[in-house]
Amino acid sequence: MDEIAVLGAGMHPWGKWGRNFTEYGVAAARDALADAGVDYSAVGFVSGAVTVRCGYPGYVAGSTFARALGFTGAQLASSYSACASGATALQVARGQILSGACDVALVVGADTTPKGFLAPNEGDRPDDLDWLRFHLVGATNPVYFGLHARRRMDLYGATTDDFAMVKVKNSRHGAHNPNARFTKEYGLDDVRNSPVVSDPLRLLDICATSDGGAALVVSSMEWARDRGHRDPVRVAGISTVSPTYPDPVIDLPYLAADSLAGSTSATVGFKESIGARAYTEAGLGPADIDVAEVYDLSSAMELDWYEQLGFCAAGEAERLLRDGDTAIGGRLPVNPSGGLGAFGEAVPAQAIAQVCELVWQLRGTAGARQVDGARVGITVNQGLFGHGSSVILRR
Amino acid sequence: MPAVEGLFTPDEDEPRLIGGRVPGTESYFFPKHLGGADPRVGPVELEEVLLSRRGRVWSYTTSHYPPPPPFVVTTEPYEPITIAAVELEVEKMVVLGQCVAGVTPEDLEVGMEMELTTDTLYRDDDRDYLVWKWRPVTAAEPGD
Repeated sequence: MDEIAVLGAGMHPWGKWGRNFTEYGVAAARDALADAGVDYSAVGFVSGAVTVRCGYPGYVAGSTFARALGFTGAQLASSYSACASGATALQVARGQILSGACDVALVVGADTTPKGFLAPNEGDRPDDLDWLRFHLVGATNPVYFGLHARRRMDLYGATTDDFAMVKVKNSRHGAHNPNARFTKEYGLDDVRNSPVVSDPLRLLDICATSDGGAALVVSSMEWARDRGHRDPVRVAGISTVSPTYPDPVIDLPYLAADSLAGSTSATVGFKESIGARAYTEAGLGPADIDVAEVYDLSSAMELDWYEQLGFCAAGEAERLLRDGDTAIGGRLPVNPSGGLGAFGEAVPAQAIAQVCELVWQLRGTAGARQVDGARVGITVNQGLFGHGSSVILRR
Repeated sequence: MPAVEGLFTPDEDEPRLIGGRVPGTESYFFPKHLGGADPRVGPVELEEVLLSRRGRVWSYTTSHYPPPPPFVVTTEPYEPITIAAVELEVEKMVVLGQCVAGVTPEDLEVGMEMELTTDTLYRDDDRDYLVWKWRPVTAAEPGD
C-alpha cells in the first residue's frame, strides 16, 4: 500500500469537561494544523469521526468541525464505526489522498460523554441487539470485558494481580502525559481495593468514558516533500477489517457468537485479523514493532492484545508484563501514553489519539514518555458490532 | 409472557431458545433474525429451530453495578447479577444469559454443565415478563 505523510498531530486534553464536543475537535484541529505548519486553507478534505451521543451535529461531525473552523469549500465526510471511527476517518482521508482527490486532509474526532455506563438509544427497540443485551441480560460493556478476563484466567492462569499490574504500569506512563485525564500513579493495592464492577475486574481495571478531541493533518508524500518535510512520520498500514464467519468468540453487543457445529477448519480470530491486515499492508511484522498503543478497555484486554498482535504466543502475555518488557524502558513498550486507563474513552477521538501518541513517539518528542529509538509503531482498537482498527506508522 | 417475543419458548419446564439454521447444514444463528449469516452459502431463508437446552460454561462474570435502562432493576437495594456465556451442546455456539438468582461466580467454573430455564425479568401490575436464564445442572435435581 502506498504511504501518506502525517504532518501534524493535535489533541484537546481528555477530561470530564461537559462542554460542546465541537470545541474539543476545533482545539485539536488547530493544534494539529499548527504542529504541521500547514495553513487551514490548504486542507482539501475534512474527515470527521462521528459521535452518536451529541445529536445531529455529531452525526455530521466532518461538517460540524469544518463549519466551526470556517467553511472553505473543502470536501467532507463523516465516518462512524464505533470505537474504530477515528481510524476509519483516517482511512477515508488516505483514500482521498492516494486517489489524487486532495493533497492535504484534516482528520478530527471529538466526544462529550455522559456519566456512567454507555447505554443504547432510548425507546422500545427489540430489533436492536444493543438494546436487547441491556434489556434481557444486563450485559453492559464491562460484562463482556469480565467474560474475556475470566476466560484468560481459566485458559492461561492469569491472576487479578496481573490485570492490576497493567493498570499500575499504564498509570506510571500516563502520569507524564499532559493530555491524559488521570495522571495519578496507582499501586497494586489501589486496584485491589477498588470495588468489583464485573468479576474479576475492578473499577480501576476498567476504562472510564471521557470528553476529548484529537486531530491529524495528513498529506501525500509528494506534497510533504515539496514543502521540505524530508522524513515525516508515514502511515504504512490501516486495517478496519470485519470478523470472518464463523467467529466463535462472543463480543459486544451480541447475545450469541457464531456456531462452530458445521465447521471443520480452524477459524481466524477477529482480533488477530485486525493487526494481521495492518502488518500485510505495511509489509512489516511483529518483530519490527518498537512501540504499541493498544485498546485497554480493560486491563486484562491489554494482555490479550500482546498475543493478538503477535508480540508473544498465546498465554505468554503475563510473562511479558511481569518481565517489564511492555513498560517504557522495556523491549516493546505498550501504551506509553497511559492508554485508556489514563485517558478514559472518548469514542470517536480515541483511535486518532492512539495515532497522535505514535507520531510523537516516532518523532522523538514524547518527553518523559519517550520510547528510545522508536521507528515503527502500531495501534490496535476494537469496538461494537464487529468493528476494529489498527494503524502502523513508521519513520 | 416473554419480555421480548420470538427469542425463546416460555415453557416452564423445558424452555428452548428459538434459533435459525441454514436448511441442511449445521450453521445456526441466535436470535434467528439478528444472528448474522453464513457467507459460504448462497441467499437462503433460515429455518426456525429450537436450540439445545444444555451447554458448558465458556465464561462468566457479574454486574455489580445496576445496568442502565432498558435493564429493569427489580431489587432494592440492587443485588449483583451473575451472567454466563454458555456453549450450547449441539450448536457449539456461545449464548449469553443471566444466571438464576443465588448463583455467584464462586459457584461456576469454565466447562461446567448448565441448562436453560426461565425466570421473571420484571413484572408490572398485570403480568410477569419472562427471560431465559442459565442454571447449573446438578445431579441431585429431580427429573434429571
